[in-house]
Amino acid sequence: MGDWLSPEEWIAVRLSLVVATTAMLASLPFGVAVAWLLARREFRGKSVLDALVHLPLILPPVVTGYLLLVWFGRRGPVGQFLHDWFGIVLSFRWTGAVLACAVMGFPLMVRAIRLSIEAVDRKLEDAAGTLGASPAWVFATVTLPLCLPGILAGMILCFAKAMGEFGATITFVSNIPGETQTLPSAIYTFTQVPGGDAGAMRLTLISVALSVAALFASEALARAVNRRIAAV
Amino acid sequence: MSPVVEVCVEHRLGQFDLKASFASEGRLTALFGRSGSGKTSLVNVVGGLIAPRRGRIVVDGQVLLDTDRGVFLPKHRRRIGYVFQEARLFPHLTVRQNLLYGRWFSGRRAAGTDSLAGDLDSVLDLLGISHLLERGPAALSGGEKQRVAIGRALLARPRLLLMDEPLASLDEARKAEILPYIERLRDEAGVPIIYVSHAMAEVARLATTLVTLDRGVVTACGPTAQVMSRLGTVGLTGAAEAGSIIEGEVAGHDDAFGLTLLSTRAGMLQIARSRAAIGAHLRVRILASDVLISLREPVDVSALNILPGTIVEIGPRGEGAGVELRLDCGGETLLARVTAKSASQLGLQPGSAIFAVIKSVSIDGP
Repeated sequence: MGDWLSPEEWIAVRLSLVVATTAMLASLPFGVAVAWLLARREFRGKSVLDALVHLPLILPPVVTGYLLLVWFGRRGPVGQFLHDWFGIVLSFRWTGAVLACAVMGFPLMVRAIRLSIEAVDRKLEDAAGTLGASPAWVFATVTLPLCLPGILAGMILCFAKAMGEFGATITFVSNIPGETQTLPSAIYTFTQVPGGDAGAMRLTLISVALSVAALFASEALARAVNRRIAAV
Repeated sequence: MSPVVEVCVEHRLGQFDLKASFASEGRLTALFGRSGSGKTSLVNVVGGLIAPRRGRIVVDGQVLLDTDRGVFLPKHRRRIGYVFQEARLFPHLTVRQNLLYGRWFSGRRAAGTDSLAGDLDSVLDLLGISHLLERGPAALSGGEKQRVAIGRALLARPRLLLMDEPLASLDEARKAEILPYIERLRDEAGVPIIYVSHAMAEVARLATTLVTLDRGVVTACGPTAQVMSRLGTVGLTGAAEAGSIIEGEVAGHDDAFGLTLLSTRAGMLQIARSRAAIGAHLRVRILASDVLISLREPVDVSALNILPGTIVEIGPRGEGAGVELRLDCGGETLLARVTAKSASQLGLQPGSAIFAVIKSVSIDGP
């Protein structure tokens, strides 16, 4: 394997996996919370939140990346705050790539989880309440286990999206080998240099393999969960 | 004795006004009324699933709701068990986990209650569900599901149990399977019950206290036999369901003819063979339309029950041909339904001495 890929290519693959996994895990709590709010609560500004979450799905990725740069860059209002108070720098760092991927994958994750929460019978939640479970316990013991397949599907979708994210990432954190050069950026770089076809093809095959693996994993997980629910 | 349950509610649901109040000290209080009379809304208010505009609810001395004083206990802190029309078992948990769900949350409360609610073995025994523990809800029949749901509610150690038409979604055979368990629950579990139903037969069999509801308003409230023998109650269900309840003691069985002798205040009744043992107390319901009125003691008739009595009250003539009579037979109240024409031809008046004639085959022994 090490011979087959050059060290730079290997780094890009590893970085992509790390970025996508981190993006998926970091956005999960927010994804579940927002999905629950949209599925179960009525509040002012709900449609605004809904639109905001879905915006990255519709906007050109470059625009999303540019807005991230404006807001989260060193001079941006949020970026400056993060730097001054927590010493966190996002622009041109792998952490920035995580943010870009998380933002791009977020709508997919929220959609999947929201649908599965809406499918949970509220009558069951009421029944749990009359049995003495507080709303938080109802969520943990009834809602969450019953929408687990949707949560898994949302995580996989977010991961797959993060693995392929290109436009927002390259706009926000550029294309720095070893720091922000993920798989798609590396493939793009290969296509820009003479004789890079072989490298581009190798990374493309890896990219396809990872995506297919993610798809199969999600199917298998969903089937296992469904079997567990149906069996009892 | 102070009432176990005191409910006073004002609420508006769409075009419908719920304005109901009642108090009960019975072990099983039936809320009876036709569909849409507000029964389910009323128990939903008691259970905390609906927050009413105004109201006050006291259960077992504990104020659960008092809008005037700003008290609203959320449903998970009311300790009110709720058995829904559909069992609502958790599909991702086994029967055992379902049963123990509520008990787990009530575990932090004092365990030392003298009722059997909360004790898994007693509840399993009472409801006959021990053999289902390791199954999933999907593998249960409708009747089994409902029994598990009752057990789940009981094990949460409720101070009151609400049952919203728990038999409505079951066929006759399943209903007959569960009714005895509900009777045992009423008599042995030590938890007061509010039971919603629109089936007079169920109410007559189960209820100790009867509350009738019509268009969101309580029309009657009191001991079941008393409320049922009031003429006005009939208006709720239509003539076919009107009837009275008579309680008595089994005096003997006539096995040759498949009959049971029931000794009541009104006299000896012969009813269809019951499985109850001699000496047991039985409640039978006699439909008003099954009672015949005669001015003289009839002879050579097929009917086996002939009870002497007097007419207490004659109901108003409704839209149909019939009128209802309230009879007093040795202190028991009996309802009879005859045509207005017969009443007029026989010259029936309040105070007239009459004989009430009832065919044995029309009285089912429970």
